Amino acid sequence: MTNRRASLTAAATLLLVMSAACHKKTPPPPPPPPPAPQAPAAKPTINYFNAEPSTISSGQPSSLRWSVSDANNIQIEGIGEVSPNGRRAVEPTSTTTYHMTATNSGGSTEADVTVTVSAPPPPEPTAKAPAQTPAEILASQVQDLHFDYDKSDVRPSDQSILQSDATALKTIFAQDSTFTVQIEGHCDERGSAEYNLALGDRRATATKNALVALGIPADKLKTISYGKERPLCTDATEDCYARNRRAHFSAGQ
Amino acid sequence: MRLFITTLLFICSVGILPAGQQQIAGTIESHPGKPRIAVPDFRGSGGAAALMATFNTTVANDLNASPLINMVPKTLYPLQLPQQPSDLIPGVAPSTTRTVTPQGKRLTDWSLPPIAANFLGIGYGGEDKGQFVAFGWFYSAAPTMPSIQQAQIFGKIYTASLDQTGATDAGHRYAADILAQFGGKSLVGTKIVFVSNRSGAKEIWIMNWDGSDQKQLTHYNSISTFPSTSPDGHRVAFTSYASGYPGIYMFSLDTGRKLPFYNQRASMNAFVSFTPDSKQIVFSSTAGGGPPQLYMANVDGSNLHRITSSGSIEVEPKINPKTGANMVEVSGRSGFPQIYRMNMEGADVERLSAGTGEATNPAWNPDGDHIAFAWTRGFEPGNYNIFVMDVSSKETTQLTANEGRNENPCWAPDGAHIVYASKRGRQSQIWVMNADGTGKHPLTEKGSNEKPVWVNAEQ
Repeated sequence: MTNRRASLTAAATLLLVMSAACHKKTPPPPPPPPPAPQAPAAKPTINYFNAEPSTISSGQPSSLRWSVSDANNIQIEGIGEVSPNGRRAVEPTSTTTYHMTATNSGGSTEADVTVTVSAPPPPEPTAKAPAQTPAEILASQVQDLHFDYDKSDVRPSDQSILQSDATALKTIFAQDSTFTVQIEGHCDERGSAEYNLALGDRRATATKNALVALGIPADKLKTISYGKERPLCTDATEDCYARNRRAHFSAGQ
Repeated sequence: MRLFITTLLFICSVGILPAGQQQIAGTIESHPGKPRIAVPDFRGSGGAAALMATFNTTVANDLNASPLINMVPKTLYPLQLPQQPSDLIPGVAPSTTRTVTPQGKRLTDWSLPPIAANFLGIGYGGEDKGQFVAFGWFYSAAPTMPSIQQAQIFGKIYTASLDQTGATDAGHRYAADILAQFGGKSLVGTKIVFVSNRSGAKEIWIMNWDGSDQKQLTHYNSISTFPSTSPDGHRVAFTSYASGYPGIYMFSLDTGRKLPFYNQRASMNAFVSFTPDSKQIVFSSTAGGGPPQLYMANVDGSNLHRITSSGSIEVEPKINPKTGANMVEVSGRSGFPQIYRMNMEGADVERLSAGTGEATNPAWNPDGDHIAFAWTRGFEPGNYNIFVMDVSSKETTQLTANEGRNENPCWAPDGAHIVYASKRGRQSQIWVMNADGTGKHPLTEKGSNEKPVWVNAEQ
C-alpha cells in the first residue's frame, strides 16, 4: 500500500515535469554547485591591534583594542588567551610592546603594539624633607629657657639654647610674616603667688630682650606671666621646682 | 546714744576696780586690763530646749574670741543663776572679810571674788509660734549702781528659726550686742571673698563670715584670682586672664555684675588696694615697661599716675585703712621679697620686715597700726607662716607653726579675727583664727580655696 502510493506520487511528479517541459521547451538545469571548499585554508586576519592612548605617564592606564578574524586561538604575550574582539586596560610602568599571535590550521598571524611610558616629572626642588609649619617648628625646635630661684636673667648655660631658639624663630618668621610668638614666664610653687606673677613677667621679658638682641623683631614677641598658676609638675622636689622655673614659647594670638 | 554714754560710764567705772582684779589668785586673764564678763548658760523651754547648747556655745565662742573682754570661767559661777530681771534681788552684797559663796541673785554677788565680774549677761530661750526666741539682758555688776534698772545696759529679744542655724544666729547677735558695748564690731552680716577652683577653674567666690552660703561670683573659666574689696563693701577687684593676659576686673558686690574699668596697655595689671574712701586705687602694673611698679588711679582706672620707679619688682600695695596716708607693699629691691612702708608718693620708704627669708602678703588691721603677713622665717622657701607686726615697734608675733603652709592673712572688720589660707596636704583651705592665734578652724572644704578677703558689712 505504501509502495503503491509512493509510485503514484512519483508518476505524478514525472507527468508534471514532462508536461512543463513540453510546454516551454528550455535546456536542462545546470548541476548543483559543489560544496564550499573546506580549507586549503588561509591564515587568520588581524583586522587591528592598537593602544589608546599609546603614550602615557607612569601610573596611568592605556586601553589595548583588537579585532581578529578566522583564528582558533589568540594570545597576547603577558596577558594570555583572549577573544577575537576585545579590549584590555593595561598600566605599564615603563614602555612596553604587547605581542599578539592569532593561530588557525592555516598558520598564525602576529602583530605588535607599543605603549610608551613617558618619564615621571622631576621631584620638586624644595622637597628635601616634609615641610614643617611655623607652629610645628615652634613646638619641635624652640626650647624652654630655665631660671634660678627668684632670678629672671638668662643663665649662661642656656645661651646655646637661646641661639638655637633665635635661629628657629627666624625660620618661622621668614616662612610666615604674620606669625607671632608668645613668651610665657613661669615660676615654681615656693614663692608667693603675687610675687611670682611679677617674677614670671620678668622672666618672659628677659627672654624677649635676649632674643631681640639676637635680631628677632620685638613686635613678633609678646610676653605673658602665668606666675605659678600653670605648673608642669606639682611635686615638692628640687627637680620639679627647676622644671617649672621656665620661659615657654607658644603661638601668639 | 544714751546707751553709748551709759556704756562709757561703765567702762570708766571699771577703772575703780583694778586692785580687785589683780588680787584674783589663780586666774589668768587673756586680755589684761579688759573688763571681766560673766554669762551663765541660758536654759530653754519647749522646742528651744534642745537648741540652747548651740546658742550657749556660740555666745561663749564669740566672747572668748574677742580681745576686748575677759570671760569669767563658768566653773567660778554661783549655784543660783538668775535667768531674768525678776530673779534679781536689789542691794549690795554684805561686805565681809571671810570668803563666802556668793548667792548669785544680787548683781553685786558677781562682782565679788573669785568671780570678780564687771558685767553680767543673763537670759533664757523659748519657742513662740514656731520660732526660736532668746531673751537676753546685760547688766553692770558694779557696786556703785543705785538700782537694778539703772544697772541694766540692754535687754533684747532675739528671734530666729527654730533650728540649729537659728540658735547659732541668735547667739551671734547676742554676743555681738555685748561686744558692741566695748567697741567691738560685729562680724554678723560680713562676708568673705576668696578664690576657689572647685568649678574646674580659679574663680572668685563669696561666703558668709562663718563659712555658710558659699557662692560663685565669676564664671570666666580662666584664671581669676587676687581679690580685694573696697572699704565701703560695695566693690571687689581682682585679676583675671579672661581677656588673655592678667588684667584688673572690678565687680559690684551689690549686684554681682562687672563694673567698667580701664586697664593700662601692659603685660600685667594686678593687686588692687582701695583708699579709705573707696574712690581711688593703687595697683601694680608693667605699663611703664620694666618690672611691675605701683600706680594710682581712680576706681575706674582713669587718672593714672605712677608712684614707684625702683627698677625692681613692686607688688601687693596695701593702703593704710585708717589714715590713707601711707601703704605697705612687697618689693624685691633688696633681694628676696620683703615688706616696705612708704607714703602715697612712694617716698619715705622703710623696710618693715626683718630682711631674712621672704616676707609677703601684708594686711593692715582696721586700726592701721598692725600688719599681718606671711613670712618664711629662717628662710625655708615656701614654708610660710602667719605673723603679726606692731608697725611702730616692728615687734612680731608668730600665729601659725607646724600647720602646713599659711598665707594671705586678712583681718576681720572687728580687728579680732584673721582669715587666711592654710595648705595642709595638696589642697589649700580657708581658715579663720583669733588675732592672737587661738581658735583656728576651717571655713571651706570643697576643692582648693585661697586668698581670702574679709568684706566690710558697714556701708
